Amino acid sequence: MLEQIEGSRAVAETVALCRPEVVCAYPISPQTHIIEAVGVMVKEGRLAPCEFINVESEFAAMSVAIGASATGARAYTATASQGLLYMIEAVYNAAGLGLPIVMTLANRAIGAPINIWNDHSDAMAVRDSGWIQLFAETNQEAADLHVQAFRLAEELSVPVMVCMDGFILTHAVEGVDLLDQAFVDSFLPPYDLRQVLDVEQPVSIGAMVGPEAFEEVRYLAHLRQLEALDHIPAIAEEFAAMTGRHSGGLIHTYRTEDATTIVVAMGSVLGTIKDAVDIRREAGESIGVVGITSFRPFPSTQVREALRHATQVVVLEKAFSIGHGGILATDVAMALRGTDCVIREVVAGLGGRPITRQSLERLFYRVEQGELDSLLFLDLDVDVVNREVERMRSTRHSGPSAENVLRDLGEPRVGQVS
Amino acid sequence: MSKRPIHFYQVGSFAVGNRLLSDGERTVQSDASRTNSIDSGHRACQGCGEALGARYALDAAMRATNNRVVAVNATGCLEVFSTPYPETSWRIPWLHSLFGNAPAVATGVAAALRVKGRSDVRVIGQAGDGGTVDIGFGALSGMFERNDDVLFICYDNEGYMNTGVQRSAATPPAARTATTDVVGPQPGNAFGQGKDLPRIAMAHDVAYVATATVADLHDLEAKVERAMHFRGARYLHILVPCPLGWGSDSSETIHVARLAKETGLFPVFEAEYGVVTSVSKIRRVTPVEEYLKLQRRFAHLFGKNPRPDIVTHLQEIANRNIERYGLLDEGNAHPRHARTEVEA
Repeated sequence: MLEQIEGSRAVAETVALCRPEVVCAYPISPQTHIIEAVGVMVKEGRLAPCEFINVESEFAAMSVAIGASATGARAYTATASQGLLYMIEAVYNAAGLGLPIVMTLANRAIGAPINIWNDHSDAMAVRDSGWIQLFAETNQEAADLHVQAFRLAEELSVPVMVCMDGFILTHAVEGVDLLDQAFVDSFLPPYDLRQVLDVEQPVSIGAMVGPEAFEEVRYLAHLRQLEALDHIPAIAEEFAAMTGRHSGGLIHTYRTEDATTIVVAMGSVLGTIKDAVDIRREAGESIGVVGITSFRPFPSTQVREALRHATQVVVLEKAFSIGHGGILATDVAMALRGTDCVIREVVAGLGGRPITRQSLERLFYRVEQGELDSLLFLDLDVDVVNREVERMRSTRHSGPSAENVLRDLGEPRVGQVS
Repeated sequence: MSKRPIHFYQVGSFAVGNRLLSDGERTVQSDASRTNSIDSGHRACQGCGEALGARYALDAAMRATNNRVVAVNATGCLEVFSTPYPETSWRIPWLHSLFGNAPAVATGVAAALRVKGRSDVRVIGQAGDGGTVDIGFGALSGMFERNDDVLFICYDNEGYMNTGVQRSAATPPAARTATTDVVGPQPGNAFGQGKDLPRIAMAHDVAYVATATVADLHDLEAKVERAMHFRGARYLHILVPCPLGWGSDSSETIHVARLAKETGLFPVFEAEYGVVTSVSKIRRVTPVEEYLKLQRRFAHLFGKNPRPDIVTHLQEIANRNIERYGLLDEGNAHPRHARTEVEA
């Protein structure tokens, strides 16, 4: 039954249905509403037996999850941005140990300059950690992905990160069809892990591994992610068969069958992109959308297949590799290697900048006119950038750029902004 | 319980052979059928105080818990020498995650055991001094503050020995390490720095805090057993000399540890809920020189260009400990600790 509910609440209710046994949390915007809601449920006894640990840092949050998971408990936590970076050593460790922890990442920009709003820089910073990374397009999908995430994590002994756009999804109230306990219990078998700290059968977990075996252990982690390329769609299909909802999977396609131009993106911006694509379609353009749900493992084969008719691909992403360019674009380019398809890299929505339908329409028009060649920063205020570049060129002690830019923005404009 | 006969050697150390004790008071290690939580064949250096301390602590914990112990280990010497792939010395369930998170991982293990209703299984977190007083300090304080059901053991060898003897916040003043070299006007580690973690632990009002050395293993075992009587966060700080890092002879580990206590430089005591409940008295007051001269890390204080001023400064630290903990008995001759007294 559809409920008008905040995204964080929907995720919290769904995580609760997954019967987590140890939940550890350290507050960071925009993840707070999720862990607050789970915390209340644990304290009320609704989730018993379940321990809710208020830890002193994100590093401890992931570390507590590691200890709990290795002792046979289903462990959950959530974080964002700086919090993810603060726990990054433990994030890698959880994956290296093969512990099926599930974590919600309320995607948020990384400072400096400090910024609490949405982009995908945080998720990109741990893309090579060995975690499976699933991106939700809507709050419905965010909620559904958590059930699938626990199933996937525990089938493969790999931790899974469910990425949902901070504020845009976490704080948005919209209709979500919440699952019920009977369904989740049938879909998600009890936690039965491959390795456990057990006094009856003692094992050593986390031993030092030298050059003689490290590559093999790492390769096995890669193999498990490749296996996930089969598990993720299988789980999504089973989920769809039982609920009628197409949440999860590797990719989603929209109007791609005959499209010569295809936009590739992740997360909540896909909704706006689809609206803009509809409008460009009405204007006669042959344009479609591929949404990447599984960023890690990256479904190269499926992406290549979905893009096979396209002559140009626009990869629009909310993060980039400074000094290089698109991150998702690089992965898409690798998937398309050997083809003639042209790739346009677009960076958009950094630090919560709205990606409007109008901006996207203009972008797609320019793409169609062949005006786009190199890396484009959507809606970049070139005037402000130039002023700061000039200031830094002419003055040694020009001061902090972020503050200069803010001051410039507060002043009446002298020149024309494009 | 079968007892292996122990030969009693008089070594001028006040050590008491097990045969003079009643069965109930004999050490865990004297029992031929004891568990062996950390097996032989590991790769610790000759004379390693940490290997000795860990074996006694964990075997005592095994006895106290009917062999139901899970250990979480920080990165460091103990982790490296006990689990070189594909071998392991551990006969207990053992988890190593990272350098700075052992207390939090132990919290997670304890939480999982609580959820599973396994109150019979107890959790020990363990680390060297770097993993305890420096990089693991935040996690440890968090674990103390939440009063998680973990006994955390610090094997303190006063430096980062695994990485080649660098200074930690537990390195004593004047000691030479690779990052506090004996150059400049103040050779070695600076005075007025460092953390006193047992006192910091006490400030968290946790149920049990104790210090021990590998010179009095019976006392160490007793403290582990005492710690296991409590629930909640507990802390045991064991001084474990490092022949490599301290520049002491590997045959002198016990002697050096004993002098650390007998000089007053390392006070040995127990505290419950933030209050000191017992101290191990100094049996024969010893000037700090006797302790320092056994270790090359203090060699720059003696020899050609001696630094009696620095030695005096170190003696003042020892004197302050003696006063703070009341380490001297009147007459100063008798062991006061009940558990180490000889049966009449």
